[in-house]
Amino acid sequence: MLYWQIFLAFFIPGIVGYGGGPASIPLIQNEVVHRYGWLTLDQFGEILALGNALPGPIATKMAGYIGYEVGGIPGAFIALFATVAPTVLAMILLLQVLYRFKNSPKVKRMTSLIRPTIAVLLGVLAGEFLFDSWQTSGVFHTAILGGASVLLMEKWNVHPAYVIGGALLYGALFLG
Amino acid sequence: MDWRLQRDLFIGFFRAGMLGYGGGPSAIPLVHKEVVERYGWMNDEEFSDILALGNALPGPIATKMAGYIGYKVGGVIGLVNALAATVLPTVLLMITLIGTLVAFRDAPVVQGMTKAVTPVVGVMLLTLTYSFLKQSGRRLGWTSTLILGVLSLIAYQFLHMHPALLIAILLLYALLKKEKNPGDHDEQDPQHA
Repeated sequence: MLYWQIFLAFFIPGIVGYGGGPASIPLIQNEVVHRYGWLTLDQFGEILALGNALPGPIATKMAGYIGYEVGGIPGAFIALFATVAPTVLAMILLLQVLYRFKNSPKVKRMTSLIRPTIAVLLGVLAGEFLFDSWQTSGVFHTAILGGASVLLMEKWNVHPAYVIGGALLYGALFLG
Repeated sequence: MDWRLQRDLFIGFFRAGMLGYGGGPSAIPLVHKEVVERYGWMNDEEFSDILALGNALPGPIATKMAGYIGYKVGGVIGLVNALAATVLPTVLLMITLIGTLVAFRDAPVVQGMTKAVTPVVGVMLLTLTYSFLKQSGRRLGWTSTLILGVLSLIAYQFLHMHPALLIAILLLYALLKKEKNPGDHDEQDPQHA
């Protein structure tokens, strides 16, 4: 019964949460705080803040941790499964249909027509990250970090891992 | 089973997951780096198709991409493998570190680190944007790319249209439009060949 509730609590935000993981956070909160009362709002806020300080997708970090708190290791797996599995399966089915008709001109046109939109969505996301940084760290640090990233990754082909590592160090030293 | 391939899948998605600060979307350029540039499992076009469809479906984006790419490259085992690599390390970190994190969350050093990664992610996303635009310009022509791009920007940013709806409309338009100018040089048309 508890496991079924854990499944539902993460299944519903997973399939309703359009716009990626961050969009499903308020929905998860609704389930675990209001519907099932597993956590108080404060506890939820605390977990969210901690989750944001760690790398990786936020929705699955929340699901894994809350599932573990509520139902132990099986709870963690059920919550993760409920968050991830339904939409992954939908994605595989749809893409297989798409690729079956890969050579049809209509499908070709479909995939080329959406490309500018995808570029715009990514561009807007990029803008949000840069704007966020400009607001929290100021123009100076944003320009230094952004400029250095461009040079390192695009000009000198440094792997992003090192660039991110360098940024973490920079942040610890100058933005703390 | 191809152990080397599965190992590469795990390493690729592990790296993208662990380096992706700021939630799932920040992992997109990192996944691109691993899947397209490093291991060459797919080209830019396939990657952007997957990203488009992933954006049109609900749920976290990073795991949708990991699941599909894992499945395509390494079957069902690849699917489970790529998902586990994306999700488990950070969940384990969260479970084991939560006590320590409570103590350090407000430490300025930790906050400074998180702040400093934000513009780096912004730049990575911008680079990916540029490469998609360039690619689109080559295939669709620059005029159409510009028109579609500006229309998308207005619909998404100013009219607040949901991206899933935007993508669905474009897909429907492509599907229903009459065959007048085939856009790109198709080698074959199965219906009229």
